[in-house]
Amino acid sequence: MTDTLAAHEGSYLEYEGRHKGILGWVLSTDHKRIGLLYLSAIMVFFFVAMTLGVMMRLEMLTPGETIMKPQTYNSIFTLHGVIMVFLFIIPAIPAVFGNFIMPIQIGAKDVAFPRLNLFSWYLYMTGATLAIISLFTGGGAADTGWTFYVPYSIRSAQNVSFTTLAAFVLGFSTIVTGLNFIVTIHRMRAPGMTWFRMPLFAWGLYATSWIQVLATPVIGITLFLIILERLLGVGVFDPALGGDPILYQHMFWIYSHPAVYIMILPAMGVVSEILPTFARKDIFGYKQIAISSLGIALIGYLVWGHHMFVSGMSDTARIVFSLLTFLVAIPTGVKIFNWVATLYKGSIKFSAPLYYVLAFIFIFSIGGLTGLVLGALATDIHVTDTYFVVAHFHYVMFGGMGIMFFATMHFWFPKMFGKMYNEKIAVIACTIIIVGFNILYFPMFIMGYMGMPRRYYDYLPHLQGWHILSTVGSWILVAGIVFMFGNLLYALLKGPKAARNPWGGTTLEWRVSSPPTVENFDEIPVVTGGPYVHDKPTYIMQPSKELVHENGDKLKGETLKAH
Amino acid sequence: MIEHTEALEHTATAEHSHAAAHVHRDDEGSKMGMWLFLFTELLLFGGMFLLYGGYRFAYADGFKVAAADMNTFIGAINTILLLTSSLSVALSIAALQQNQKKLCLSLLWFTLLCGLAFLVNKYFEWSHEIHNGIYPGGPALENMSNGEILYFGLYYVMTGLHGLHVVVGMIFIGFVMVFIARDKITSINFQKLENAGLYWHLVDVIWIFLFPLFYLLH
Repeated sequence: MTDTLAAHEGSYLEYEGRHKGILGWVLSTDHKRIGLLYLSAIMVFFFVAMTLGVMMRLEMLTPGETIMKPQTYNSIFTLHGVIMVFLFIIPAIPAVFGNFIMPIQIGAKDVAFPRLNLFSWYLYMTGATLAIISLFTGGGAADTGWTFYVPYSIRSAQNVSFTTLAAFVLGFSTIVTGLNFIVTIHRMRAPGMTWFRMPLFAWGLYATSWIQVLATPVIGITLFLIILERLLGVGVFDPALGGDPILYQHMFWIYSHPAVYIMILPAMGVVSEILPTFARKDIFGYKQIAISSLGIALIGYLVWGHHMFVSGMSDTARIVFSLLTFLVAIPTGVKIFNWVATLYKGSIKFSAPLYYVLAFIFIFSIGGLTGLVLGALATDIHVTDTYFVVAHFHYVMFGGMGIMFFATMHFWFPKMFGKMYNEKIAVIACTIIIVGFNILYFPMFIMGYMGMPRRYYDYLPHLQGWHILSTVGSWILVAGIVFMFGNLLYALLKGPKAARNPWGGTTLEWRVSSPPTVENFDEIPVVTGGPYVHDKPTYIMQPSKELVHENGDKLKGETLKAH
Repeated sequence: MIEHTEALEHTATAEHSHAAAHVHRDDEGSKMGMWLFLFTELLLFGGMFLLYGGYRFAYADGFKVAAADMNTFIGAINTILLLTSSLSVALSIAALQQNQKKLCLSLLWFTLLCGLAFLVNKYFEWSHEIHNGIYPGGPALENMSNGEILYFGLYYVMTGLHGLHVVVGMIFIGFVMVFIARDKITSINFQKLENAGLYWHLVDVIWIFLFPLFYLLH
């Protein structure tokens, strides 16, 4: 016991275990260190994919060739999509903050399978490496778009096999993480933490993990078949041999639609953490928010057909898919209304994380409502495969998950690194990002409505005004993002020390030191109430010293058990 | 048996709430993780079965013609082999629980042997087809209808993927055997063996669906 006591004292950042230096990180099974490993890798890929995006916008500044050839443009939009979707959006919040914060929130010392957790990071890095190799080998990076639609993905001379293999391996990594989280949440909650005392971030991750486990294998086999098709010509997706390309689209979207909920549910979980913290109020409709996460996960499973309204499906199927698509709006609406109601009559403190969350609610609502335009059969036909879809996707994914990733960074940054950033600059950066974001993507709705097709290298001159506006927006947005990360980086190096609970949060991670110690808790705490109770403590941090039972009752006349 | 598991579960929870995480051992959690992993495997093959169903519906005639080419006898032998090996792996767990380490190991050896025999049969089946020019892009396929081409395409992919799982299962069991020999897996700490058994049963269950779909449906 003595050696573990020694380990309790230091922060996880300084702890030196069996391995020292860099090995102490890349061989660490500590969920906090693995979270930071993910964070550093994910940041690199985010900047790579962002640069690709900026280059695409630059190309679209003028009709015809501006800075690159059409073939390069095709590869760039594919890579932008693949890297952003598979390397950033899907893993960012679960793998970084889920890993770091969730075990602390439920009162555990680590996840259920720490070694598997490290393994999933290596899978992630392997997938990422494969994606990078695909750039420089064979005919160059895939030019199919991130959806890899057949038959083009079978015929393309580019290096599609490597890019799909990368996505396959990355899928494996998400499955492992999801599996780990489900078991962790089932088995490792602290005594007294019932399901409905669990923080909503953990609920969001729980729903996400189920989708990861149940949907990802389908894309795994589908992408694997594309590779087989390219290498051997099996015929399952090749129309020349009797294969059916529409069947490919079904199998792709059976995963990839639930995947958008993998992307957004953890972000929604963080919203439910940040709002009660800064409104100084219990969350409004805790159970409804928790259950609506599961509702979204369940219905989200059954709506994949809405990506294929014009690909060839029976009218009955289209109507059913359209109806189910509208149904997803209900649990989403439940969340939005409960969030707004949480702010009502709260004692709101406008800190940087809350600014990002309010930006999220605004932008995500636009994204969600335009999603209904796409879910409706008649209007969808007009805007299918236009910039309208691109705009919608970026409003929900970047505006939803991306902005929330920034919010999450600002919310838990002091906890993770024990340093505080300049809040004023964070708020200014947030404002620049929102302005840039809307200038970049809103014109795309208009262009799409006017008939600008997505993934086109060239366009008619009358659209140029909107394209210029959009490109200028991309510059503003990037300036904001760089400014924001610069602020955080400066804080990391030179920022003042952060307090244990700088925001007045009520969940368990705010009860441990900043940064947390290696084992998070000296003693597994006992939970006596809900997660967002502001007026009385709901956690007993040292049950053995405070003489309480596991159910939170005081010990009466009993002697303390030896620990 | 049931009492035993409950007792074990009890110690696991007690351990979990009191002692530190560095002695963390949670058999129930480990089993749960394995089951979740098996779900993902089922969905992986589920995608393949979906394809099979779709194409069987679209090309019923071609599938019938192609299926006539399969050797039902070898298929049946392989089914018997896998079912027997599932029994022996289940028995090995019971043997270990009763502290019969030697019996447990020999049952596992028998399981491996069955798995190997299955693979050898599969090898002869495949090489027979390949010899006849039936493989993706092979010469015999040129004269075949689309339905037959897809049947054989799916045959190779699905049985190939299943064969890969047999190999992985055998490696898994092999590691477990090493652990048993070194007394890392014992009568009171056998969750790894049980997980290997679960995996082996999955391999078995998938074959039970592959067998009728490819061999018996003419």
